[in-house]
Amino acid sequence: MIMNEESAARISAQIRPPVTRVGVIGWVRKNLFNSWFNSILSLIALYVLWKTVPPFFRWAFIDSLWFSTSDACKACDGACWSVVTKNIRFIMFGFYPHELQWRPLSAIVVLFGLLAFTWNRNNWKKPLAVSWIVGVIVMAVLMRGGVLGLEVVESSEWGGFPLTVMLSIVAMVAAYPLGVLLALGRRSDMSFIRAVCVVYIEAIRGVPLITLLFMSAMMFPLFMPEGFTVNKLIRAQAALIMFTSAYIAEVVRGGLQGMSRGQYEAAQSLGLNYYQMMRLVILPQALKIVIPPTVSILIVAFKDTSLLVIIAVYDILKSTEAVLSIPEWMGFSSEAYLFLAIIYFLCCFAMSEYSRKLERELGEGR
Amino acid sequence: MDQKIDKKVVEQENLQEEIIEISEVHKWYGDFHVLKDITLTVRKGERIIICGPSGSGKSTLIRCINRLEEHQKGTIKVDGIELTNNIKNIERVRAEVGMVFQHFNLFPHLTILDNLTLGPVWVRKVPRKEAEETAMFYLEKVKIADQAKKYPGQLSGGQQQRVAIARSLCMKPKVMLFDEPTSALDPEMIKEVLEVMIDLAEEGMTMLVVSHEMGFARKAAHRVLFMDWGQILEQNTPEQFFSNPRHERSQLFLDQILH
Repeated sequence: MIMNEESAARISAQIRPPVTRVGVIGWVRKNLFNSWFNSILSLIALYVLWKTVPPFFRWAFIDSLWFSTSDACKACDGACWSVVTKNIRFIMFGFYPHELQWRPLSAIVVLFGLLAFTWNRNNWKKPLAVSWIVGVIVMAVLMRGGVLGLEVVESSEWGGFPLTVMLSIVAMVAAYPLGVLLALGRRSDMSFIRAVCVVYIEAIRGVPLITLLFMSAMMFPLFMPEGFTVNKLIRAQAALIMFTSAYIAEVVRGGLQGMSRGQYEAAQSLGLNYYQMMRLVILPQALKIVIPPTVSILIVAFKDTSLLVIIAVYDILKSTEAVLSIPEWMGFSSEAYLFLAIIYFLCCFAMSEYSRKLERELGEGR
Repeated sequence: MDQKIDKKVVEQENLQEEIIEISEVHKWYGDFHVLKDITLTVRKGERIIICGPSGSGKSTLIRCINRLEEHQKGTIKVDGIELTNNIKNIERVRAEVGMVFQHFNLFPHLTILDNLTLGPVWVRKVPRKEAEETAMFYLEKVKIADQAKKYPGQLSGGQQQRVAIARSLCMKPKVMLFDEPTSALDPEMIKEVLEVMIDLAEEGMTMLVVSHEMGFARKAAHRVLFMDWGQILEQNTPEQFFSNPRHERSQLFLDQILH
């Protein structure tokens, strides 16, 4: 059948698609009601949303009190956000001396400023590295004091959000290279190195983080000679680093195994030695492949700082619990934990977004 | 272009210096005896085609030459350096022996140019500028200079293999090993790669090629080696081998591939 000029012209003229197939109605038909089963599910879901969302909205925003006293809160039905707003300084900074709280606040500002610069990979040049080193020193000085006329604040008094963030970031930054080394070691031909790595990885993966933290806080001092103590925070930090590195090691090892032999062989046949082969050819590819599971592990590391509750380190979870144990604020745990959840979510979501950005940028050329 | 393929490569007359000496080499994969008493001498400038059925050990043999495989018995010497467990020697040999793989094995995360400069910069310690000039020279030689800034994933198979050849050449090797270089290519791309190999042959490069491309063998090879069951069953000039195979299995093999 050959089309003549007229009918071709008629057909090629713009005709609109049927209205029940595109746009909002089309989307709803295709995704929510495209079969009996799906339609029933959609109706059930809509019913559940109808029953829960408006009451929640009313509780959280309409009947809620944001800046009142605890007595007023007890008298009202809605959410008592005052538990957060009235105690925000304790939740955020823990036992840090009240008048000196500008210091941890500034440390957080410095940290987030550095992170904002690091977000853009085009900035990953020497000035940024220098800024980080300077920034870390500045943060340490701000938190600890002792120099420049700043009063000393012992690490036992640090707490809240700065502590959570600092513990996580140090854990991530230290655990990642350690994990990579462990993964390489586990694949090594040298049996001693391989054995050490396997034992380390399996022993640490075999226990919950809580036991490691307990061991660091309670058992460690028992093994040390009289009078020799290491700062509890440093011990806890070490436990976090060791724990995270074991998981990163396994994920990286998976990435290394997933690489085709041809890449190893091509690198070797050019005459590259082991270190060059890993650094220039294998690791750039393997680490890129495992970005998603690696970021998962790092996100979990961030949230695992909440386990420090167990050894009386006042991260943001413990300081929140401390507030809730004050008699006048007891009973408002939902609001407080919701607030905490939002903070954790914002930080973890930022990490997730960054990881996706990284994957997109590194995906070029593949 | 056709004339190049039809013309035979000029014979090198004074092939004297020995560059690869393989002596009574055996290799086992577990219990499987994959190379049985291989003895072979390759002279500088010589071009050898190794053919044979699958599993005959031909790839294994050339992979032993740059130590991608380890032989258990016998000696292999490349350019006077013996291949043992000495890592320094192995790296020295690998710098002098270039290898082209069946599946190209370009580094996907680097541009074509970076693929080529990696070896010279890091192994031969050549300054970057000079390495880039050498790279562009060889890219032009394999007629792919305009793709220098692209990534391997953006090139066709034939283009990738030519880049792989250029990458090996940038190390200025004394010997080039080819492990079934055209087996993974579509027919229309085989010709472009074979042309590059013929150019290389005309410049006097020592080449060991595992391949089923008998046309290339006829045009450019000094010797054809037929391997089966881990042994070199027959060695001869291409004309002799194709017209008058002496071993019955060579005859069988030729019947199968020349149709």
